[in-house]
Amino acid sequence: MSEVNEKELAEFAAEADAWFAENVDPDPGFMLPLTFMEVGTDQQFDFLRQWQNKVWEAGYLGAAWPREYGGGGLPEAFQRAATKAMRKHNGPIMLNAIGLNWTGPLLLDIGSEAHKAKYLKGILSAEDIWCQGFSEPEHGSDLGNAQTRAVREGEEYVVNGSKIWTTQGNYAKYMILLARTDPDAPRKYDGLSFFLAPMQIPGVETHPIRKLTGEYGFTQTFFTDARIPADGLIGAEGEGWKVAMRTLEYERGARGGQPGGYVITERDAFDVLDLARRMMRGGEPLMEDPVMQDRLMDFIIEIQANRLCQERQKVAPLTSDRPMGLALSSKLMSTELVRRLNEFAVTLTGPRAGYYVGDENAVDEGIWARGYLNAFSATIGGGTSQIQHNIIGEHVLGLPKS
Amino acid sequence: MENLGRIGFSEEQADLLEVAESFCRERSPVERVRALIRDSLGHDPAVWQEMAELGWLGIAIPEAYGGVGLGLAEVVPVVEQMGRRLMAGPFVSTTLAGQALLAGGTEAQKAAWLPRLAEGMPATLALMEADGNWDLEAVTATAEGGATLSLSGQKLFVENAATAGLVIASVFHDGAPALVLIETEALPDGALRRETVIDETRRSFELTLDGISVPSSQLLDTGKARAALSHIHLAANLLATAEMTGCTQACIDYTIDYLNTRKQFGKLIGSYQALKHPSVDAYVTYEQARSHLYSAAHSFTEQGTGEVATRMAKTAADKALSFAADRAIQFHGGFGFTYDCDAHLYRRRAIWHASQHGDAAWHKRKLAQMLL
Ligand SMILES: Cc1cc2nc3c(=O)[nH]c(=O)nc-3n(C[C@H](O)[C@H](O)[C@H](O)COP(=O)(O)OP(=O)(O)OC[C@H]3O[C@@H](n4cnc5c(N)ncnc54)[C@H](O)[C@@H]3O)c2cc1C
Repeated sequence: MSEVNEKELAEFAAEADAWFAENVDPDPGFMLPLTFMEVGTDQQFDFLRQWQNKVWEAGYLGAAWPREYGGGGLPEAFQRAATKAMRKHNGPIMLNAIGLNWTGPLLLDIGSEAHKAKYLKGILSAEDIWCQGFSEPEHGSDLGNAQTRAVREGEEYVVNGSKIWTTQGNYAKYMILLARTDPDAPRKYDGLSFFLAPMQIPGVETHPIRKLTGEYGFTQTFFTDARIPADGLIGAEGEGWKVAMRTLEYERGARGGQPGGYVITERDAFDVLDLARRMMRGGEPLMEDPVMQDRLMDFIIEIQANRLCQERQKVAPLTSDRPMGLALSSKLMSTELVRRLNEFAVTLTGPRAGYYVGDENAVDEGIWARGYLNAFSATIGGGTSQIQHNIIGEHVLGLPKS
Repeated sequence: MENLGRIGFSEEQADLLEVAESFCRERSPVERVRALIRDSLGHDPAVWQEMAELGWLGIAIPEAYGGVGLGLAEVVPVVEQMGRRLMAGPFVSTTLAGQALLAGGTEAQKAAWLPRLAEGMPATLALMEADGNWDLEAVTATAEGGATLSLSGQKLFVENAATAGLVIASVFHDGAPALVLIETEALPDGALRRETVIDETRRSFELTLDGISVPSSQLLDTGKARAALSHIHLAANLLATAEMTGCTQACIDYTIDYLNTRKQFGKLIGSYQALKHPSVDAYVTYEQARSHLYSAAHSFTEQGTGEVATRMAKTAADKALSFAADRAIQFHGGFGFTYDCDAHLYRRRAIWHASQHGDAAWHKRKLAQMLL
């Protein structure tokens, strides 16, 4: 990767800023998903797919990925500048989250030349949507026990079983699939293998699942003698657990290689402060109430703490006591905070917390209640908060396994 | 609400952190802490001497006055490590007295006293009064007269007053709050009463000012008094936060150690999630507090931002230490209820710090006025 030319970087950043100012549509006329897990209608899907494609074509997604795979071949700093501009202008999320943040970095790291050539560009352009097939109806937190079977037959594997909570499963062209190739392995983890699997083939069926908000966003995926090509195997047979854990590190940002942009947006303290200024109690803005001020300060202090923890991760002497501590804690810290912040915001709306999305009297079109309900996607998905507690307790504090 | 503080860490901070870590660990094992609780002086003069020789007492004193010429940001890692080892002594009160002189002293006072503080003369501040107000400008003690000032009133929580050579007291003078230097040699018998305080590692005194007179040259620059008080308030909170953060780390380590050795029902108790998960919460809250601490240290001298970052940091540290120490008692079971278990040392210290220089609710109130 070439040296950063500060002048070129500044020009690039200014262009990106102007581009997002020009191209972000503040009102597409319907509610956009806040996260990649909330894509519930074709209208939302089509819009976001086009948006990602447009951002990529303009050079503001994958700017630091290699040119031969559709990237911009620039230093990381350029993509960071583009992402910053995207955020500043409240650009919608990047749709193809699993492809961008899980599959892509994985292939760049350990994929074959053929894999990279075949998949990477389509990930960036949103031509090829990806999903993740890890969880099963009977094995969620206990992922290592996954039982979906993959049996080798010649140049193919025959897959049988079911995956569930598959985000964007109904739109996906490919899945990263964790399946059991050796049911007799002495350790449950050693029987698993990791595949890049096509979704639009005979024997693969997706059934949409309705979420607690009443919307759609994920599916149950059924495999019935589905034949997937053997060259989709990543790592050796039996190494699937290791590969899957690696993808989780990309997803949590503990390993680099992501193409930039963001796949989740959150309402922040500013939005909640603004809400507190607008909501009235006894003729006064809620914001004037000292009890509310106290609670708001708690949130602001915690939000700031999490931001500072990200910064402190880069200061080695300030992390030496438990070097992995901050990295392994960040998912728990941030997702639980968002959930509690949204929960608090709902209470600010007073009696109108009784309304929901769709009623004209709902405060801010009901986004707070919906945001609160959706916030559980992050405290459950990607390893629940309880599992995060176990991970931190065992791997950071050194406590015995439960 | 753009700038609430950010992390920065200088080479000097890193060096001091490393040196202080081993120094405090070696000089202040918990048996020593407990022995000093029983000792009337309450700290080890030989260790104090060593700290003076290391230059620690002059870290935040300019070179012109015999100090090292760094700032409070560099004092923070040292105090953090002292807090971690529950180390007793007049380090913080002396550093704060130096800050009072720097912020509010006349040139002559700075030249006379700062070099002595840097060399190791203990000093302290007398700010608190019986009304329980953390607003340092709300002073009822008085200094009246012309060339000679007669002092009157009561001051509480004057730390290390019996060891200190110098006390800097806040008084009401000429219609405004002011600061005055009192040499402890001049204190009449009975002016000091040792207080029984919840944190037994501390030596704290009530100071009766009645009957004390000092020459008016002992008044700090009256034009700077308000600014000095506000600086002292923030500096005291910054250093308290450092102590609390170190203390939280130690408290968590101590509890984790027990969870990894004590067995019940044939299993290490740390395998029970009812203990594991709250321990993780304590740990995460500690990391958040430590991030705030080093943001406050780095941002301390920035107008406005320093105050915001410091008040946030104290609030975060209070939450972290109170929770960690509360759970520490519970998670040690019957042993946790004993004097022998260290958990109460942490819990008592947490209450002490929460109550000094503004509790969390008070700081949040100030922050709300600044930010909301
Ligand atoms: C919005 C959303 C999107 C998702 N997208 C995907 C996706 O695209 N692909 C995919 O593969 N998966 C996806 N998931 C699935 C997600 O990873 C699982 O839901 C999660 O890992 C939990 O598994 P489970 O649902 O089986 O719950 P369970 O594991 O049955 O957990 C039930 C409860 O028990 C607790 N629990 C379980 N084990 C323990 C333990 N050892 N200690 C303490 N508590 C425990 C859990 O925390 C939880 O509260 C998604 C989930 C959501 C909510």
